[in-house]
Amino acid sequence: MNLKVIEDTAVQLLKLAVTVLPEDVKNALEKAYKKEESEAAKTQLEAILKNIKLAEKTSTPICQDTGIIIFYVKVGADFKGFNKIEECLIRATRRATKEVPLRPNAVNPFTGENSGDNTGRFIPYIEWEITSGENLEITVLPKGGGSENMCALAMLTPGEGLNGLKRFVVDTVIKAGAKPCPPVILGIGVGGSSDIALKLAKKAILRPLDEPNPDPTLRELEKKLIEAVNMTGIGAMGVGGKITALGVHIEYAYRHVASYPVGLAFQCWAARRASARIYADGSVEYLTHKVR
Amino acid sequence: MTTYKLKTPISEEEIRKLVIGDTIYISGEIYTARDQAHKRALEYYRKGIKLPVNLENGAIYHCGPLVKKVGGKWEVVSAGPTTSTRMEPIEADFIEIFKVRVVIGKGGMGSKTTEAMKRFGAIYAAFTGGAGALAAKSIKRIKGVEWLDLGMPEAMWILEVEDFGPLTVAIDSHGRNLHENIIKKAQENKSKILDWLGIR
Repeated sequence: MNLKVIEDTAVQLLKLAVTVLPEDVKNALEKAYKKEESEAAKTQLEAILKNIKLAEKTSTPICQDTGIIIFYVKVGADFKGFNKIEECLIRATRRATKEVPLRPNAVNPFTGENSGDNTGRFIPYIEWEITSGENLEITVLPKGGGSENMCALAMLTPGEGLNGLKRFVVDTVIKAGAKPCPPVILGIGVGGSSDIALKLAKKAILRPLDEPNPDPTLRELEKKLIEAVNMTGIGAMGVGGKITALGVHIEYAYRHVASYPVGLAFQCWAARRASARIYADGSVEYLTHKVR
Repeated sequence: MTTYKLKTPISEEEIRKLVIGDTIYISGEIYTARDQAHKRALEYYRKGIKLPVNLENGAIYHCGPLVKKVGGKWEVVSAGPTTSTRMEPIEADFIEIFKVRVVIGKGGMGSKTTEAMKRFGAIYAAFTGGAGALAAKSIKRIKGVEWLDLGMPEAMWILEVEDFGPLTVAIDSHGRNLHENIIKKAQENKSKILDWLGIR
């Protein structure tokens, strides 16, 4: 495998992610604008739609907060160049910071020193998944700070269970108010352990908005929860309106018999993500964006 | 809901006319200030050091812009607002000491800031969060930068803007707070929502 292909693809993914929203997100925002009745919220959604078009046309970042960089990597066990992937993604992050550009957001938590290139200890963060075959699939999630700061974990008791989960979601959304830049996508991770619940929650926000949950029971629960969240009346950017969430996505793992962890991840309306698959012959297929 | 066009510096009289829900567009000079710039400005004040800019009757912007240098000159790439509540603990002092008239940000601010705005004649104006490209369009140029040692997002950028907006007046100088009103309503709706979800 030509390592340059991995690096160049990752740079391209970072650029696509921060400048062009995936179709499903754009469609959901347009639908929200049509459905919204509150004048104030409509003004906000109109600015959002204008902003998306402008960013795409001028190839500039949709939001100045281009996030902390997270890569989800699915790598085939027979992929050649396995041990070089991390290095390529770090190099790509540095290059994208200059070339796109991205805002340098990675800071030492103790000294406050900004690395200037969006890299640092464990950053960009890479979530590895080993699959069979010889392909490599990269998804980038540039995660903005505003919505990230609203993420929450509840270690419920099994007795509280599903009702506790519903209450936790409604409470947390109201508490977050305008801060996570609604309309949001909510990722809910249930089960596993504290860290697993949050990881699943974050992964859940990556699911396209037009892709239903394969589990019919969870699909129903997602429907119920999005309605509940929209009943709060928080609306776009918290100015009051009927669309507070574009989607509610649930992921789960089996839990410990004595625990009921629920992770809740907020994704702002600027739900930026981009994926590509690199084949063994070095050809690249972009999965979320049209690339000429 | 009325629309106003304002130019910095802005008088107290102009500010007192505005009520929550109004839309404003600002032209003139505005200054970015996030956590670190707020902290440093207040430190300077306590030590008796003059600020590099005059904030009196001015507008500050909770924003950490994405900028780049082109041919030795700074250019704005994307510059939407950041979450304002992080500045809540110190914004009231900031308004009192530096006599700022307009605080621009996103997500709303709390009761301490609302109280200070009522007392000293200032407003909080919300810009659409995440609309960084749109904001950059109405920033005509970067007139300068102070405190760049704080890093690109935290430095104080001096921006020349033209019809910067639409900004929604979300806290007025009469003690009204739009975002808090919405949250209060949401809390009132909560028992209804929980009932609907089948939770007693």
